[in-house]
Amino acid sequence: MARVFMKGCEAIAEAATRAGCRFFAGYPITPQNEIPEYFARRLPEVDGVFVQGESEVASVNMLYGAVQTGTRSMSSSSSTGISLYSEGISYCASARLPIVYVNVGRGGPGIGAIKPAQQDYKQATKASGNGGFEMIVLSPSTVQEAVDMTYEAFDLAERDMNPVLILTDGVIGTMMEPVELPPMKTPEEIAAMKEARRPVSAVGHSPEEQVRILPGGVGSSFEPVNIAAAELYKSWVDKDVRVEEYMVDDAEIILTAYGISARIAKVAIKELRAEGIKAGLIRPIALHPFPYKSYGNLNFDQVKGILDVEMSIPAQMVWDVEHAVQGRCPIKECLRSGGEIMTKEKVLNAARELAKEVL
Amino acid sequence: MAMEKVYKRTIGVKPNAVSGFCPGCMHGTIHKLIGEVVEELGMLDKLVRCEGVGCCGLGQLYVSHDLNISAHGRACAVATGLKRANPESLVYTYQGDGDLASIGLGETVSAANRGENFTVIFVNNGIYGMTGGQMAPTTLIGMKASTAPKGRDPKEHGYPIHMCEVLSQLTAPYYLERTSCNTPANVRKTKAAIKKAFQNQIDGKGFSMVEIVTTCPTNWGMNELKALDFLEEKMLAEYPLGVYRDKSKEE
Repeated sequence: MARVFMKGCEAIAEAATRAGCRFFAGYPITPQNEIPEYFARRLPEVDGVFVQGESEVASVNMLYGAVQTGTRSMSSSSSTGISLYSEGISYCASARLPIVYVNVGRGGPGIGAIKPAQQDYKQATKASGNGGFEMIVLSPSTVQEAVDMTYEAFDLAERDMNPVLILTDGVIGTMMEPVELPPMKTPEEIAAMKEARRPVSAVGHSPEEQVRILPGGVGSSFEPVNIAAAELYKSWVDKDVRVEEYMVDDAEIILTAYGISARIAKVAIKELRAEGIKAGLIRPIALHPFPYKSYGNLNFDQVKGILDVEMSIPAQMVWDVEHAVQGRCPIKECLRSGGEIMTKEKVLNAARELAKEVL
Repeated sequence: MAMEKVYKRTIGVKPNAVSGFCPGCMHGTIHKLIGEVVEELGMLDKLVRCEGVGCCGLGQLYVSHDLNISAHGRACAVATGLKRANPESLVYTYQGDGDLASIGLGETVSAANRGENFTVIFVNNGIYGMTGGQMAPTTLIGMKASTAPKGRDPKEHGYPIHMCEVLSQLTAPYYLERTSCNTPANVRKTKAAIKKAFQNQIDGKGFSMVEIVTTCPTNWGMNELKALDFLEEKMLAEYPLGVYRDKSKEE
């Protein structure tokens, strides 16, 4: 397969198309406009449907409708737009519908800064809507990873019949990198996937085979549905944790970051090592389920400090890191926010300071 | 001599379902009409209902065809996704006035403006039923509601919204008719309108809406007969029955 040079957002849209995504609804918001724009051109070429919704609220509910037909369906937005998705995502999680959506995040609460940021970690991993539902949340640190995650996200969503979120930022979304694209699902494969879901799809059935898509409901207890969902979420802990551990074995300080911040931290580690500071990196690839064990199982006789690197103020992922570390070593923060991109120099300085304090 | 069967219960409604709607409510009649119409069209096995929130959301207990519960006000967006992703199904939304004309006004107007090819059944009783009689955008001037205890006051609450008239300002909608179910004749007219609205979808004509003006004796605080009188004297004066758009007449 030949490598092509693509912008992150467009690569995500192409990967989804190749995965058999045949419905996209979304509303314009920077910095993810290249995703809907790409789909607007691309989906008609493959008999897919692109709809520009009148709002994010409408778009996510269009997705809720489309995915009920067994059609692989996707949307994307950014931070404040994702807030408006909450209702529809919660409905999809409750009704167990396998949508895929992307948040190319903005910098802060409210309308936020449009430049790159990682300010939506808690929203993505803890409460993307009402009702305490959970989702697998993936976060790429390269355009290639964004492509591979998008392609796989549809399989994960359908495996679990549950939404999957790809949380990324304006760097990955707008940066161009060489990528290898996955194979295109054939029309026959796509038709077969849709047909396989027909017994549970709202496409019309006889009264005996009636399909009811119920995100809650009247007339009966909803507790069994919540119990089944909770069991699904627990099952992820063993099989869906994804983490990159880089130079951790002999590390005395651990840098931890996800997405674009992890990529920047990784470069810093090489320089720290050259200076004689034994640094390593823990990079959660899936933000949910979170790789608590990667931190919990560290040898704290050897690891003297952790540096949490995030493009978010206040820090958010650090909450999960603290939960895993349980006070067994100090955790410092290296943060940027509001659209200011993390730099290698800032990470280096923060790591040197931490090393000076704890080593 | 064998008796000829001239009436039978539609299989579009569950055979053993007993309506839990309040006495004097017209939802039951409308569900029956939808079942009869789509059965007559031979399309029950293609029918998908996008069910609004409110008393209209009780229909899930009674209908025998595919359905989803759409978030409050979002049924026209859900139906857009459903119909576009699977054009061979016959899709309708079933919404009350709070759902369609208040929280879902944007979704309703936008779907109508795009000329989406599905059918909207809009049940307008001028009040929020399920939640206990709060003021709706369709509540009449002076009519009391639990959130307008002194009655709807135009200075504070504005005026009743007329959805057929609002949507008739748009170019795309194909068919808009307002009916009622207060008399046998009007029930028959409502059935004909629902049939037309579904036939338009089958023919790929685009957005069709039937607005049905109904009673809510429970939350209007009246018995069933008084509610019928109120509907005839007050509701139908505010919401005149008739066809507001029929592009088939222009073709």
